[in-house]
Amino acid sequence: MSQSLTPNHFESILSPNRTNNQIEGENFLGDFLQETFALAQRLFIQLRRRPSTLIAGVIQPFMWLILFGALFYNAPQGLFGDNFSYGKFLAPGIIVFTAFSGALNAGLPIMFDREFGFLNRLLVAPLVSRFSIVAASIVYIISLSLIQTAVIIGASALLGAGLPSLAGLGAIALIVFLIVLGVTALSLGLAFALPGHIELIAVIFVTNLPLLFASTALAPMSFMAKWLQVVASLNPLTYAIEPIRYLYQHNDWGLAISVMDTPWASISFAGVLLILSAFDIIILVAIQPLLRRRFT
Amino acid sequence: MTAAVLIQNLQKSYGTVKAVKDISFTVQPGEIFGLLGPNGAGKTTTIRCLCTLAKADAGKIEVGGVSAVNNPKLVRQKLGYVAQEVALDKVLTGRELLQLQASLYHLKKPTAETRINQLVNLLGLTDYADRQTGTYSGGLRKRLDLAAGLLHQPDVLVLDEPSVGLDIESRLIVWDFLRQLKAAGTTVLITSHYLEEIDALADRLAIIDQGKVIAEGTPSALKDKLGGDRVTLKIREFSPTAEAEQAKQVLEGLPFVEEIIINSAQGNSLNLVVTPKSNPISKIEKTLTEVGLPIFSVSQSRPSLDDVYLEATGCTLMDAELAAAGTRDLKAEKKQQMK
Repeated sequence: MSQSLTPNHFESILSPNRTNNQIEGENFLGDFLQETFALAQRLFIQLRRRPSTLIAGVIQPFMWLILFGALFYNAPQGLFGDNFSYGKFLAPGIIVFTAFSGALNAGLPIMFDREFGFLNRLLVAPLVSRFSIVAASIVYIISLSLIQTAVIIGASALLGAGLPSLAGLGAIALIVFLIVLGVTALSLGLAFALPGHIELIAVIFVTNLPLLFASTALAPMSFMAKWLQVVASLNPLTYAIEPIRYLYQHNDWGLAISVMDTPWASISFAGVLLILSAFDIIILVAIQPLLRRRFT
Repeated sequence: MTAAVLIQNLQKSYGTVKAVKDISFTVQPGEIFGLLGPNGAGKTTTIRCLCTLAKADAGKIEVGGVSAVNNPKLVRQKLGYVAQEVALDKVLTGRELLQLQASLYHLKKPTAETRINQLVNLLGLTDYADRQTGTYSGGLRKRLDLAAGLLHQPDVLVLDEPSVGLDIESRLIVWDFLRQLKAAGTTVLITSHYLEEIDALADRLAIIDQGKVIAEGTPSALKDKLGGDRVTLKIREFSPTAEAEQAKQVLEGLPFVEEIIINSAQGNSLNLVVTPKSNPISKIEKTLTEVGLPIFSVSQSRPSLDDVYLEATGCTLMDAELAAAGTRDLKAEKKQQMK
């Protein structure tokens, strides 16, 4: 490399920039967006070059749809509601479960960045806010989940589950967004709190399937033991699945319409959105100390 | 003049391990300053505190007069950091990594593109910039990391063990580059456990041992302070202890010999401190021949940085290294340093 150098040339390139002496015209929002966009872009480049996660993330729910659909193929007619196939019942469960699984894994890239020292590269940089690291992951995982959701909705339609209305699709996107936001934040919090990827994978492992079975993804509340009904009614997944299921079954819906029943109350569409938002806020607040411990 | 880097009475513990007990040194603007010490002496911990990756337990850290504790963001802006183990995202190309880095330092897009092209050319990365970094050799990785550290034109470039894991050719390229960097006015702070690296590069250095600074100054001042020349003498390739003792007794009678140490780790070779310009070799040869002892090798040199280290700690850097290697738990250290 040295042979290509001429003295007066390299001097201007290698000399310090004296304006480093102050942070010039601090533009918090602009800088924050620049950081977040650049960090998210890195994740999307990784996805483009190594698409196996996305491919697996699309194939897996497709297999769920087919296998679970076949498992209950000969279930008595009307078991899952009037005139209502199991495929139509299942699609919302698979949409939410897929988004949930993806969000639960959101912390893994951060954990590997910690372990490989790449995070240090980000932390020695004068980021206006280190929360841009978290924000980038959230943007990435939410985009990924919405892509998966679109594919599952399409696949379910082909399998005969039908399609919700356009407004219904928008409502589904909102619900997926809300559940993914909270779970992603939780996973990122764990990625900063746990000692290594082995522990994070262990947590993901013991959370993932139990939460699926303790929700109404695969079977309605009325099938369950009383205690499991209580658990399912506390499970955030149920609060995402039930309104989407309602959207699949009904063309007429509104914020005040009751979309799910728990052992203690029936909850309206607005109530569900409120509960999911509260879930997000609680988690976003709860992970602050974990992030601050690493970031300051 | 404000110091480029000022570290005063720095202390830092990880759990019960006192990684840094009391470290102070000052780096002047425009110089290459070396932190020399064996592995485990506290160099990396010091650098981590400086670069705001770790919080000091006590002490003052300033970069260009700005406190790293009170104003970490501005300190990050002023520093470029090249870590010991280059962490690259192997899926990104070199250019994409630099673009990410530029955004993290809030360079405007046209400025970023210009800087990236300049540094890619300057560091000889033109043919590699658009390949994924997973395909890079150690030398290329280091050069890319240098480019990344310099994108925002920092006042001070901090390099932790810049030549660990590099082949000799890449090492020379890096050294050459650091000299150019200095010539262009950028202050450089490097840590190393290689004597020759610090000797070749540093204008001034601090020697660190067990979390403390044991000497600070220019390489030649530190060596001159020791006084005397060094003579290394081997009776045989591996001398019996009795013969070495005998030779020591005989040579101690010579007027220009100030001190003799028998180094059992080096096959009982004799390390002599002699008065400079006393033409010792021929006299030593003559004395030994008279008592009938053979000579396998004898050589004279000015004191080296290793002698400075030896004088201060009682063991050579190599010995300290070997001793430290046995007691360090690298895995636990890595965990503690994980952010």
